[in-house]
Amino acid sequence: MLMPEPDSATIALRDEIVGTMQGIVPAGGVIFEEDELRAYDCDGLMAYKQLPLIVVLPETTEQVSKILKYCHENGVKIVPRGAGTGLSGGALPLADAITLGLGKFKEIIETDYENRCVVTQPGVTNLALTQAVEHEGFYYAPDPSSQIACSIGGNVAENSGGVHCLKYGLTTNNVLGVEMVLMNGDIVRIGGKHLDAPGYDLLGVINGSEGLLGVITEVTVRILKRPETAKAVLLGFDSNEAGGDCVAAIIGAGIIPGGMEMMDTFAIKAAEEFVQAGYPLDVTSLLIVELDGPAAEVDHLISKIEAIGRQQNAKYMKVSETEDERQRFWSGRKAAFPAVGRLSPDYLCMDGTIPRGQLSHVLTRMGELSEKYGLRVANVFHAGDGNLHPLILFDANESGELEAAEKFGADILRLCVEVGGVLTGEHGVGVEKRDLMGEMFTEDDMKHQQRVKCAFDPGHLLNPGKVYPTLHRCAELGKMHIHHGQVPFPDIPRF
Amino acid sequence: MTEMLKAETEDQVLDTIKWAAAEKKPLEVRGTGSKSMLGRPTELDHVLDLSALSGVSFYEPAELVVSAGPATPVAEVEALLNDHNQQMAFEPPDLGPLLGNPVGGGTLGGLLACNLAGPRRIKAGSARDHFLGFTAVSGRGEMFKSGGRVVKNVTGFDLSKLMAGSYGTLAAMTEVTVKVLPAPEKTRTVLVNWAKDGIYDHDGTKAMTEALASPHEVSGAAHLPAAVARRSAVDYVAGGGRAVTAIRVEGPEPSVAHRCEALRTLLAPLGETEELHTENSQTLWREIRDAIYLAADQERHIWRLSVPPTEGSRVALQILEGRPGEALYDWGGGLIWLTLGVAPDACANVVRQHVAAVGGHAMLVRAPEDVRDRVSVFEPQEGPLDEITRRIKDGFDPSRILNPGRMHKES
Repeated sequence: MLMPEPDSATIALRDEIVGTMQGIVPAGGVIFEEDELRAYDCDGLMAYKQLPLIVVLPETTEQVSKILKYCHENGVKIVPRGAGTGLSGGALPLADAITLGLGKFKEIIETDYENRCVVTQPGVTNLALTQAVEHEGFYYAPDPSSQIACSIGGNVAENSGGVHCLKYGLTTNNVLGVEMVLMNGDIVRIGGKHLDAPGYDLLGVINGSEGLLGVITEVTVRILKRPETAKAVLLGFDSNEAGGDCVAAIIGAGIIPGGMEMMDTFAIKAAEEFVQAGYPLDVTSLLIVELDGPAAEVDHLISKIEAIGRQQNAKYMKVSETEDERQRFWSGRKAAFPAVGRLSPDYLCMDGTIPRGQLSHVLTRMGELSEKYGLRVANVFHAGDGNLHPLILFDANESGELEAAEKFGADILRLCVEVGGVLTGEHGVGVEKRDLMGEMFTEDDMKHQQRVKCAFDPGHLLNPGKVYPTLHRCAELGKMHIHHGQVPFPDIPRF
Repeated sequence: MTEMLKAETEDQVLDTIKWAAAEKKPLEVRGTGSKSMLGRPTELDHVLDLSALSGVSFYEPAELVVSAGPATPVAEVEALLNDHNQQMAFEPPDLGPLLGNPVGGGTLGGLLACNLAGPRRIKAGSARDHFLGFTAVSGRGEMFKSGGRVVKNVTGFDLSKLMAGSYGTLAAMTEVTVKVLPAPEKTRTVLVNWAKDGIYDHDGTKAMTEALASPHEVSGAAHLPAAVARRSAVDYVAGGGRAVTAIRVEGPEPSVAHRCEALRTLLAPLGETEELHTENSQTLWREIRDAIYLAADQERHIWRLSVPPTEGSRVALQILEGRPGEALYDWGGGLIWLTLGVAPDACANVVRQHVAAVGGHAMLVRAPEDVRDRVSVFEPQEGPLDEITRRIKDGFDPSRILNPGRMHKES
């Protein structure tokens, strides 16, 4: 992975930067010893590692503001980092950048049940947010599978999804407001306990901006009352096609389940061996469909789903009878990544989204690619919203396998785009899919996105080298006639 | 003399904007013009007429997605969806009558460009939350796209959000894609009828808050003071001459019946409850959606306030103290439609002062042109956010040719 050439002048100033930072944050908040920096050398995408210049762990918004102001004035780059669980390398350090960890922002500031929202610092984990309000029967709906560890600030940066976003929306649909520090140190507040924006929807752009626009220091999210009951149904099919048809039939019947997940043979077996979820082992594809709401609604919809299942020739059907059993159905799906991981020294987790109707076509093509590259692939799939997670198995110690796995992954994502889908549904572009952006976007498409970047961070100091394959200088993007061919400024980093 | 430039194709949109950018000719970007009274008034010599870019180009019910030209009538999209028992869940309002225009004039592009939403906003989100992707020509005279046809998509910045609510000031959209959802099987509304005389705005807030904090998946929560309720076409609402709080539930039949009953039990201690079934419910919520009760008196100014829901009635009553006017509450109290008697500044300072005290924003929806020219129609922005807004505008429309002055006065 080619990253922007580190700036030697910044690296030369390292001691001075450490000193300045120590003057801003409390003792212990600046990490510069190599063995301690190791803990920060990657995020959840562990294929790429890089030691940061230093790590700074501020504790207040004012400290973040001072740090950014200093960096802005001195041309020092910043890589914001939440809990470091991201899967696309969005928090991958740069050799000449401060990794700014928000891990000390751990307070929930206010719970407002009457207005059904929580104001929180960004370092609070997704699950802790729900735990803080569940005694009043509330919860925070988006539930990425890393929810035990991932932070709400990181969720905003990545616009995280999760199993229940089919019915309850992604992070962007559940965030009401943020406090954010801009690269020049300005502190701004966008949104709040009210709905919608008075001008351009900057909040909408900040969600999913992967740390390129600002550093989030506070988040206001909406919370929902926990549904009275939930039940899950397992439906097993002879083919992926039949499973896909059943998904279409459920939606066609006007049912939007709380969650609707699909697993292929490989994933079913791996999960069953790992956690004994009670999955049938003689089916080719398995659906988990969850219904939530009042018991009257759940029972009514379950009987409809059973009827659809029979119509679609499900060879296996089981409705959860207790809460324990429902949790057990999910345990296999939630453990699918580590379960597959046990069967292989390494794996790559992909994240394309496709139109639901293309599922069986894509799975067939994926099977062909698996043969071509000689690598196994397991599939788990947020079937309700078309978000695929193929897991490509490989052994990094075998020469050439990592490269083959990456090529295989890139081919899968190209395939997703080819059938009318997108490169990433919920994991983000980061560095992982950066160089594939051209598969989906033209230069003009990307330049318009980068003009938003320029409005927030004209010096490209925030998280450079992520998301966009080419860094265009903002002055160049502002010109009406853009040069093509010859590089107008040879000193601009192109990578 | 206004010159209409009617683009028949995407390429003609591109050519027109390229020309306008080169010649520095400001363009009013227009679908059918049904919302031309919304926002600051602009008087531009050229209109980029997109009305020919109309029609649904892609609809697959199983994929829950529709793509269409920007000038496709909302009514046409809704009729098509209705045939398949689907809908745009954000409940597109028709502000035609409120603005003194006919019913049904709005386009899909206009709906998105103004980021409008009806009562279901509190549960399903706004237009922005259902806007999946688009192609457009920016003020630079460049075609670009963002998003796609799938719901789950974090590939690059979410420019659909930026387009939603940008009132055509950044780009002229040439195709838009929105998410659709199954229409609910049944709808019922629980009414709380307050006593005959008195002000029940705070009581209404309390009832809405209790309902929304229940697990009963409320999809609409509105309060109609007596004078407003009297104008409803639904007898149960208008007949009693009382203030009415309305709580809506939607879904499969057994669920709706259960939740309706549970809500009546929950709200019974507050006042006398009543129940509307599907047809009456639809009429009532259409009225609330379009704030139709406020349409008749075209003289008064209309403000649309977004505040924290529990603050709604307090803010409204403070503003109305000693001033002729009335309030209609939606979104559990978080949205206030407010009419005020004619004043040179439309009482902007008073309105904004009270809104600012609790956090939120206010838009002057209806007022004569000269008032909308003088008074900031949208919440004024200052400091760094204003700067970012300007820089985004500069990035997308450096020659300032797309709807200049529509949102903020050009300096």
